[in-house]
Amino acid sequence: MAIETPTFPAATTTSRWRPWRRSRSGTAVTGRPPRARGDRPKSFLLTLIAVVVLAAFLSPMVRAVSYALKSSDQITQDGSPLYPADPVTFTYQGKELPILLVPIDGVTKQLALFEPARKSSTFIDPQNPAAGPIKWVGSWRTLDHVWTPAPHLENFAKVWDLIDYPRLLFNTAVIAIISTIGTVLSCTLVAYGFARFRFPGRNLLFTLLIATIFLPAAVTIIPTYTIFVKLGWVGTWLPLLVPTFFANAFDVFLIRQYFLTIPTELDEAAAIDGASPFRTLTSVIIPQAWPVIIAVSIFHLVYAWNDFFGPLLYTSGDPDIQTLALGLQRFNSIHYRDPGLIQAGTLMTMVIPVIAFLLTQKFFTRGLVVTGIDK
Amino acid sequence: MAATSVARPRTSRSRFSGLGWRRARWGYVFIAPWLIGFLAFTAFPMIATFIFTFTNVNLSQADPLKFVGLDNYAKLLADQQVWDALTVTLKYMALALPVAVALPLIFALMLHSYHLKGSGFFRVLFFLPYVIPFVAGVLVWGGMLNPDTGWLNLALKSLGIEHPPAWLDDPTWIYSGLVMMGIWGIGAGMIVYLAGLKGIPSDLYEAARIDGAGAWASLRHITIPMLSPVIFYTLVLAVVEVLQYFLVPLVLKNGTGEPGGSTMFYNLYLYKTFFTFQNMSYGATMAWLLFGITLLITLALFGSARRWVFYAGEAR
Repeated sequence: MAIETPTFPAATTTSRWRPWRRSRSGTAVTGRPPRARGDRPKSFLLTLIAVVVLAAFLSPMVRAVSYALKSSDQITQDGSPLYPADPVTFTYQGKELPILLVPIDGVTKQLALFEPARKSSTFIDPQNPAAGPIKWVGSWRTLDHVWTPAPHLENFAKVWDLIDYPRLLFNTAVIAIISTIGTVLSCTLVAYGFARFRFPGRNLLFTLLIATIFLPAAVTIIPTYTIFVKLGWVGTWLPLLVPTFFANAFDVFLIRQYFLTIPTELDEAAAIDGASPFRTLTSVIIPQAWPVIIAVSIFHLVYAWNDFFGPLLYTSGDPDIQTLALGLQRFNSIHYRDPGLIQAGTLMTMVIPVIAFLLTQKFFTRGLVVTGIDK
Repeated sequence: MAATSVARPRTSRSRFSGLGWRRARWGYVFIAPWLIGFLAFTAFPMIATFIFTFTNVNLSQADPLKFVGLDNYAKLLADQQVWDALTVTLKYMALALPVAVALPLIFALMLHSYHLKGSGFFRVLFFLPYVIPFVAGVLVWGGMLNPDTGWLNLALKSLGIEHPPAWLDDPTWIYSGLVMMGIWGIGAGMIVYLAGLKGIPSDLYEAARIDGAGAWASLRHITIPMLSPVIFYTLVLAVVEVLQYFLVPLVLKNGTGEPGGSTMFYNLYLYKTFFTFQNMSYGATMAWLLFGITLLITLALFGSARRWVFYAGEAR
């Protein structure tokens, strides 16, 4: 297959292109057209649009947080607001009465429902209970409750116990870390081989490597799965870990692109001084390649943390060795009737990657600029 | 002659002589991890799968193994479920591809604009959902698109639409719902487009402005052509991904294909053939069909690239 490397944005790294080192001159070379005068209204309008789009974009997350903080009563209660809330009540003659918004004489008053009836009801004014019942004609069911915010945290505690969160968290972290180590080690070696050595068949092999990106996993899955069954590895982490030590096309490509931008003079000097190719890699190349190595590590970590299909295939039988993603799906198939629990579970599954991202976000967005490629 | 004893005559390639050969051997040593992995986890399984397509391996039946020629292929062509599943995938593709290619570009253009205040803040938050595990994303969006309690339908109802669609429970609207779920994954594409936008020399815009080009003309005649390699890259990867789409419906509908078969994607049917019906040979045949379709579409895209993908480096 004809793979034209210039199709990848990273291929612009033929010179020493280091976007993560911000140029001080900044805007001079970028494509941003220079700012013209009198565009304040435009600026305001565009920022406003961005805020609205962002609000819509993240609103599912806000809903998830709100639901996670609701008790099951709060979710099922009719007319409850979007945020977790309880109806406000007023204790009168030893009874808890709900406070409703009652329109009386053109003003809406907050009154406690005393004697509900279909056509007309009596209310008590909480401000002035001594005044006695007030009669109001109309169906009290059409009236809105008065709500007070009342977030509940028990969903999180329940999920913690129900899915054995600490164990799944540990499993996920160990798998993610080991497979990241495997990926970085193997991909660095392979990228070095492709970037710095000439050998017969190199271009063909590199094209083969890139072509595997386009290969549907279904074409290889059954024999691979069968091999793992025969080895007795299904039901262990080995099928998730061992293949990462044999490199993957995306990450090899990224690291190789980066290696190509490092000048060869230092390698050659090291070789003349008698350094072996392996020594050259560890003491000359890698010290200059930290940005791409860290970028690949972070991206693989997120990928491994979120992977679903691998753990589904190889760890389905044993809840004790599963990852959070799989645990969440299993949890959903049992507790799908309780949306508060489910949303608490989703938040607990995503919290670590989200925090990790926010802490390393500069590196993330720049890392992708370096790499110009996603997983 | 002395030279022949140094050069290895067994290769005709004179550039790999002496020191060159020693270096070349190191090259093989370094790529060995990938090469071994490729042979074990890609090449061998691919060939095995291909051989399966001519046999009757079916773990749910105890028939003796035999070669059946092209029977599996004949069955495939006559299997209505295969064509239905392929139609489902193509329907989804028709909706998802334009979004996957254009939406990150629109977001990137917005973030790149000088008129936007706090661009870095927006960039971080638009990228954020990319790191959310997809199972969590599916469940969050499943709630968001719930016909009764989902915020989307609450918003539509408050806008006066009395009967908003049931999204994920309605065969007509489900693809729109699935595409909406996919929007959380645009972060990576957006960042790649942003990198592309930053790489466009600003003197092109200067020149266009002097020639009297407006914002639209600049976009149409500078930004889009200059970004065409990135657009092409995004498109190719999106095609490969969409053709294999099945995990979301698997989690969302437990792999049942509900509602009304509208989520029985090709790859889902394929994996069910493997893992539920355990019909290895037929699944292998379906896998090779998928591979063939992927190959055809990618080759067609690479072929078309000559006409619309513009490489600044080549033109100069």
